[in-house]
Amino acid sequence: MTTVKHGFPWNHLIGFVLSILLTLFAVFIAFETDFSKTVIMWVIGTLAIFQALIQLFMFMHITEGKEGMLNVINIIYSIFLALVIVFGSIWVLTSGHSAIH
Amino acid sequence: MTAHTSANVPLEYQTNQNQMNILGFWIFLGAEIVLFSTLFASYFVLEHNTAGGPVGHEIFILKDVLIETFLLLTSSFTCGLAIHAMRNNSKNGLMFWTIITLLFGLGFLYMEINEFIHYIHEGATIQTSGFTAAFFTLLGTHGAHVSFGIVWIALLLIQLAKRGITQVTARKFFIASLYWHFLDVVWIFIFTFVYLKGMVM
Repeated sequence: MTTVKHGFPWNHLIGFVLSILLTLFAVFIAFETDFSKTVIMWVIGTLAIFQALIQLFMFMHITEGKEGMLNVINIIYSIFLALVIVFGSIWVLTSGHSAIH
Repeated sequence: MTAHTSANVPLEYQTNQNQMNILGFWIFLGAEIVLFSTLFASYFVLEHNTAGGPVGHEIFILKDVLIETFLLLTSSFTCGLAIHAMRNNSKNGLMFWTIITLLFGLGFLYMEINEFIHYIHEGATIQTSGFTAAFFTLLGTHGAHVSFGIVWIALLLIQLAKRGITQVTARKFFIASLYWHFLDVVWIFIFTFVYLKGMVM
């Protein structure tokens, strides 16, 4: 929460430029380097998380308002659920746990 | 907080009702994260089951995907500028940047529909394999969200033209902006874990 008059939106511009750079960097890592596929996935996965954080903090102002902390807790919990669903599904359905013996 | 206005608080937060609506929308976005996670989970489980149909790197076109990514990234940026204009109490600025945002959104949809038509010509329809079924469901759900957002925000523009920036319209535009940025967050993960992963692995 800031005062009524806002100057040039540097926050948004920096977030935008960073998003573009992170996207191009991910493409560079994926197609122009000789890293193993596992390393590439870890690097571009990390870049994606950084980009999501830029959106949340620089564009969506998640911490803003009286309920800012509540928003953060809510989103962290949702991300936890998302990770459980994604990795749990992969684990259960690809490592033989679903096989009928 | 009561309904009295305070110069230090943006208009969209100025009533208790507005604060509750914004908090409620964040909780909805939490549920949306879980919804998309189930679609990502299905995709990761099914992506190797191509049933003799095409695999990802045979049909994905990096250039088109990058254009879609930049269109959506830019629309998220202009959407931020729209809210910035709104907080400077500039109705014209809010109107202008919102219309730009919608145009980028429409550009994204145009590219995505062409992409889907290209896949269908390549023999990858939603019924082809587990991979294409999960792919089209995930991408289609995101595209449907973008389409819904465009209609929603276009209707908000009509309200803005009629009523100007009030506590109510400011709150509605702010909530719509959260929705729009969220769609960009989802796209980042689609771009990385569907397209880049599909072309690299």
